[in-house]
This record gives sequence, C-alpha cells and structure tokens, in this order.
Amino acid sequence: MKRSMWLLLALLMVGWSGGGVRAEEKWPGVDEAVVKKIAREQGREARAPLINTGEGDLQLFVFLLAGVVGGFAAGYYWRMLLEGKKRDLK
Amino acid sequence: MKHRNLLLSIVLPAVLLPSRSFAMHISEGILPFSWSLVWFAASAPFLALGLRTLSRRSALDLSSKPLVGMLAAVVFIISCMPVPVPTAGTCSHPCGTGLAAVVLGPTLGVVVAAVALLIQALFLSHGGLSTWGANLFAMGVVGSFAGYFSFRLMRACGAGPVLAAFTAGLMADWATYATTALILAAGIKGTTPFWPLAAKIGLAFIPTQLPLGIIEGAITAGMVSLLSKKRPDLLARTALADIRGEEKR
Repeated sequence: MKRSMWLLLALLMVGWSGGGVRAEEKWPGVDEAVVKKIAREQGREARAPLINTGEGDLQLFVFLLAGVVGGFAAGYYWRMLLEGKKRDLK
Repeated sequence: MKHRNLLLSIVLPAVLLPSRSFAMHISEGILPFSWSLVWFAASAPFLALGLRTLSRRSALDLSSKPLVGMLAAVVFIISCMPVPVPTAGTCSHPCGTGLAAVVLGPTLGVVVAAVALLIQALFLSHGGLSTWGANLFAMGVVGSFAGYFSFRLMRACGAGPVLAAFTAGLMADWATYATTALILAAGIKGTTPFWPLAAKIGLAFIPTQLPLGIIEGAITAGMVSLLSKKRPDLLARTALADIRGEEKR
C-alpha cells in the first residue's frame, strides 16, 4: 500500500507539472505531425469545427446541460435501470 | 488492493488527460465533401446493425444497456488519452475498440465508437462532424472487426484469453491507423498517385503506432483478464462466453 501511494504521488507530480504530456511544445499529436501536415502538403487545410463549443464558456455550459439532462434521465429511470420493468399484476 | 485499483482508476485519467487532446482522428474539413459522404454511407449499415443488436440484446438482458454505456465511456476516455512515444517524439492515443469488440461484440463496438467520436467532435474539437463517418469507419468498423476476429482466431488456435485479447488490442489499433492512412490518401490525393501517398502516410504513422499498438494490446489484455476474473457474469453473452465456460469446468 505504501509503495502504491508513492506511485500515485509521483503520477500526480508528473500530471501537475505537465511534464509528460505538454504536447503543444514538444510532443505534437500524430494528427498534427502526420494527418494535418500531409494534408497541408496536398493542399487540404483543416477547418474550424462546424459547432465550436470551445468558445468562451460555451463548453462549460454544454457540459452542465449534458450533466443535467443525463442526471435527470438516469434518476427518473433509476429503478427501471437497475430492476427492469415490472408488470402490473393488478 | 481494491483501494489501490480504485485510486489508480481515478488518478490515472486525471494525470494523463491534458487540456487538449492529440489524436489520429481526421479533422474537420480535411476530406472533401464527396468523400465524407462516402464514409458516412459506408459506416451507416454497421451502425444500424449495432443498434439492432443493442435493441435485441437489451430485450433479453436489461443489464446490457448500462454495460454498453459504460464501455462507451471507457472508449471515450481511452481514445482521448494521449500517450507520449519517446522514440517518435509525438503523442497518440489508443483506440479502445479492440476491448469493446471483445467484451461486447464487433457491431456494438461500432455503436460505442460512434458515441465516443460524436462527443469528441462536438465537445473537444477532436475529429469533426463532417469527418465523423470516416473516423467511425476507421476506428469503429475496422478497429472493432479487426479486434474481434483476431480474438476469435487466436482462441481458435488455442491461445489463452489474455494473449488473444492482447492480439485483439494490437490488431484493432494497427488496423485503425492503416485504414486512416487509406482514407486520408483517397481523400486528399488530388493528382498524386494513391498508393505512394497511402504508403507515405502509413509509414509516417509507424514510429508512433508501432509501440502504441503494443501498449493498447497490453491494456486490452489487462482489462479482459481483470473482467473475466472479477465480473464473469457481465460477459455471459459476449465473445468471452467461452472463457466463462472454461472456468466453470
């Protein structure tokens, strides 16, 4: 248990420092390094997303909305989800 | 042990997920409209088949829908997770469809990939809506079927479930990227000959995907091994049903 706590701590340190995944600077994704690069060479450029939820707080709003809808749906159908539909025998 | 697994399952995604994802998904606008339509049309029958399977299976077993939902979440996370590959100096992600296909079957693997790719395109600008069909064909259709048939083939050859699952993850990953290379080459070739361009894209993927496919195989093998030990009841109607049979004997 003690060793696993040290492992978790090390992972957290790496995550917070961003050392392993600071892709913008050192570690481009293969979409940048291969897909977009070769497409650009062939005269095809990537476009901005058709629905850009990354603008301002829109993404936060969309996630909140999805959470509310998903949460209410799961709550409303909770019993059915866990136990299944029960036939009314009356 | 239980607590350690729980902690790792919470901490690992938090550590590995950066603010921006880096992936093989074909971005918005890279494919011409006609090719986007072709890949939508090619993926649609598989998706319809998957939805029919889901409907039939959930009529028999209600717990299958939450299981599919859970696997969709797993594939979403796995296919968002950039893994740095030091030999190539780039990042890429596993696909997760090999695992989904082994646990749920290939047609439900397509459904799971469709959901994951749609959420990524809508919320993370990861892939695109116009290229959703193409990405679904590569990751969902080819990835799932390659993973599933590799698993079945390995089992038929007498391999153990863990080795078969490793092969499924490996083949799902490599087949996905090989298909992406072909789709991309067909869409962007212009006047350039198709095969040299496809080979160029495929070769450019190799330094990253060769080791990453092995990592995906290990992830798939680990998860299948864990599931078959801890929750064999979940796997009763899947490709792993035969493993359950072996354990009962």
